[in-house]
Amino acid sequence: MSVKDKLWLWFHRMASPAYFFKLAGQLLPWSIVATVIFMLIGLVGGLVFAPADYQQGDGFRIIYVHVPAAWMSMFVYMVMAANSAIFLIWHIKLSDIVARSSAVIGASFTFLALVTGSIWGKPMWGTWWVWDARLTSELLLLFLYLGYIGLRSAIDDRRVAGKAAGILALVGAINIPIIHYSVIWWNTLHQAPSVSKFDNPSIELNMLIPLLCMALAFKLFYLCILLINSRSELLEQEKRSQWVKELVTSS
Amino acid sequence: MIEFLKMGGYAGYVWSSYGIVAVVLLLNAVSSWRRYKSLILRLKRLHGEKNQ
Repeated sequence: MSVKDKLWLWFHRMASPAYFFKLAGQLLPWSIVATVIFMLIGLVGGLVFAPADYQQGDGFRIIYVHVPAAWMSMFVYMVMAANSAIFLIWHIKLSDIVARSSAVIGASFTFLALVTGSIWGKPMWGTWWVWDARLTSELLLLFLYLGYIGLRSAIDDRRVAGKAAGILALVGAINIPIIHYSVIWWNTLHQAPSVSKFDNPSIELNMLIPLLCMALAFKLFYLCILLINSRSELLEQEKRSQWVKELVTSS
Repeated sequence: MIEFLKMGGYAGYVWSSYGIVAVVLLLNAVSSWRRYKSLILRLKRLHGEKNQ
């Protein structure tokens, strides 16, 4: 068997509902443990060990929830859009399941990025909200998520809903680079990225490490939710199949 | 400890941010888990009844 055939075999097995369900169940406990560990390291490091900022004092500690939430708002959307594309082109059902399992948690991260940003903005900028490019494009992202969720729940047929919402997710993906570059393209109140300049990061290591831990913890948390939700979606979609029957009657 | 809770005068801003994040993430976790559990129960009934 050639490498290409093996790869295809693996791909088909991965996309088989029963196999994916089992695999997701095995991965879940590990990702829960990893989430808790990195969350604890990030929290202790960010709230206790990181020194206060020379300009913002302890107020800067909001960064440890705000920035990971904002990163995740875009990351989850990209996962959703990529899986929508795969579903629309190759009709792989599992991709549609991943996309719809991501919508609510993605919207939650976006909501959190907006709210914690607003709470951070009040003492530092003197205002809860400004209509600048970064904040407005992030708000648009929240509406894209809500539109996606609304569209899905408005259409009963799962295939049609997946297609319609998938197209919405793909069109909305234009917003992602806009959010990312908004602080560079336009003059905004929001500060420019201070972490992504890896050659010369403008942030100290004992401030940076907790941030990276929190970012990883948020990513792992998303993985946990994704695993649970896709297991539910699979069960629902395959409820009359033999493997589901065996699964629920055997346990 | 009191100093830590005061967050250099930013207590309200810092703790409310962390609190909202904790609540929203926990709600996501709990609702996903409950949905999974109730689905298993429902499917057990569905397939259990068929067998009888």
